[in-house]
Amino acid sequence: MITINVAMAVVLAVLYSVGFYLLLQRSLMRILIGIVVLGHGANLLLQLAGGPPARAPVLGTALPEEFADPLPQALALTAVVITFALTTYLLALGYRSWVLTGRDEVQDDVEDRRVAERARPEGSMEEDAEVPEDEEDPGSAAASDRTDEPAEAVPGTAGSGAAR
Amino acid sequence: MSTLVTLPVLLPVLGAALTVLAARSARTQRLIGIVVLAAVSVVAAVLLVAAHRDGPVVAELGGWPAPVGIVLVADRLSALLLLISTVVTLAVLVYAIGQRISDYGRETASTTFHPIFLLLSTGVSLAYLTGDLFSLFVAFEIMLAASYVLITRRTSASRIRSGMTYVIISLTSSLLFLTTIALVYAATGTVNLADLAGRVAELPAGLRTLLSMLAIVTFGIKAAMVPLHFWLPDSYPNAPAPVTALFAGLLTKVGVYALLRTQTLVFPGTGPSAVLLVLAVLTMVVGALGALAQDDLNRLLSFLLVSHIGFMLFGLAVYDARGAAGTALYIVHHITVQATLFLVSGLITRRTGTVSIDAMGGLAKRSPALAVLFAVPALTLAGIPPTSGFVAKLALLQAGTGDVATAVVAGFVVLASLLTLYAVVRVWVRVFWGTEKEPLPDPDPTDELVVGTARASRPMYAATVALVAVSIAIAAAAGPLSAVTERAGSDLLARVPYIEAVLG
Repeated sequence: MITINVAMAVVLAVLYSVGFYLLLQRSLMRILIGIVVLGHGANLLLQLAGGPPARAPVLGTALPEEFADPLPQALALTAVVITFALTTYLLALGYRSWVLTGRDEVQDDVEDRRVAERARPEGSMEEDAEVPEDEEDPGSAAASDRTDEPAEAVPGTAGSGAAR
Repeated sequence: MSTLVTLPVLLPVLGAALTVLAARSARTQRLIGIVVLAAVSVVAAVLLVAAHRDGPVVAELGGWPAPVGIVLVADRLSALLLLISTVVTLAVLVYAIGQRISDYGRETASTTFHPIFLLLSTGVSLAYLTGDLFSLFVAFEIMLAASYVLITRRTSASRIRSGMTYVIISLTSSLLFLTTIALVYAATGTVNLADLAGRVAELPAGLRTLLSMLAIVTFGIKAAMVPLHFWLPDSYPNAPAPVTALFAGLLTKVGVYALLRTQTLVFPGTGPSAVLLVLAVLTMVVGALGALAQDDLNRLLSFLLVSHIGFMLFGLAVYDARGAAGTALYIVHHITVQATLFLVSGLITRRTGTVSIDAMGGLAKRSPALAVLFAVPALTLAGIPPTSGFVAKLALLQAGTGDVATAVVAGFVVLASLLTLYAVVRVWVRVFWGTEKEPLPDPDPTDELVVGTARASRPMYAATVALVAVSIAIAAAAGPLSAVTERAGSDLLARVPYIEAVLG
């Protein structure tokens, strides 16, 4: 007879779905929180893999059959340290990115857009002409995922990024 | 002998600590790095000989026997990959030292570069040697954490975005890996690979497929398998040449190794795997076609890297001893040649001051040595006889003859090879032939990426020449080498030697 802890299963489902949802956002801060939430989910799952809660696995305090499985706890502890350290690094990187580019959004790859522009049919020459501009100032490039957005919109996005 | 297995992990991590202490002396740091990696190469060679002669060498850490304790296992496959990876890492280190000397002078020490470089090597060694799923996760994290620092070091506004992409994607795949480990442990109660081999077989078929698919996705992201490859051509070209060469040579191949190990040992199939065959075709074709569209030399090479991951997946997908042997041989060949190409690309950008193929031309006249250095690994990558690429591709094609589906995919191997050839010939014609173009001035002197000074110190050339020599040596020693990989392939499929060596 297999029993599952419904409360924990629901919590895990929420953590994983919220985590992945946040990962799909454009704002760096949300992605970072997504990683944190997802990390909590993964670590909780690792904990739960050891089975239901039981007595501390110390000889002499309980019978061996009553012990909790200590291995997943050791694994989760290691994983917590790793996710914590890497989240910190990501946070520092996010801050650096904000200092350097003045916005909190993940931008498109300039070279990707250039290759995509080349593949376009004729008649889109104006957009082609705007590409070198993007290269000179990567900060203004690709603020949005739409390549055909007018250039005037860019200062606006930069402003909202700095205001955050 | 079993102490020897721990050295490839211990030496680099201790070396990293020493280079932190020696942060004031650039000379000492360089010396430590080179000595440590040379020592690990020797150890790996000894391990390879021992594993080939007497079977897997096992070290039980802390004296705890498997499956309770963590084990390090050096069998033919892991010892061989460890050896070639360390040799390539050593060459890349020499190149990086040469580049630092020509850019910053002889006396400038770095507090981060050398320790992080050695830590990356620690992670790679541990990933090859560990016999434990959770240690594999830790190994990946050591390796990736080091790579995060290397790819975002001295970053600029134009490059930080790609660094962020790399870090976020890698973190996501690590969390998926953690999820896989948790589910595997919940289902079987062990994380020891040899122990898992027996216990996973007792699970219901549906659960086994689920776990196996999760592992494929996890390692597929790390190996840049299409459709999980988008991060790679985006992030790799934005690092300095030696760092890109190291990443391209090692990191994705560690992912392929993990796939190879888990799919054969823990989730063995029977006969060709349809999923992996389809993924292999997609990876080969999408990578090669992507390369044709690129103008940036490093991005072109990155797409070719993706394409050739498909070749290794093909060998795994065939799922017989010859396929696994072909994949092992292909990894050995590809680690060397891909790293070499990125190092040469670094030398080329130093000459031209740009990575754009359109802005280059007539380089063969000005630097014929560079032309030869590019031509040899480029033809090797395309698999022109008698290079190591040809030997490795032949091994893969032979593995594909057994079955109609695999024979069709083998046709795609030939197609992707031809597309690779077309891509590198296109680079050759546009970069080395044509009218000579003046080198572009350095747009940003603080940026390590595009230098364009034409100054390249002797160690940079020496390291590149050495790697070209290694790939020629692989072709020359193809006989004995394929004897090792064939045994490695049959060991992987038989599973018994590994399980017996670990569990006794």
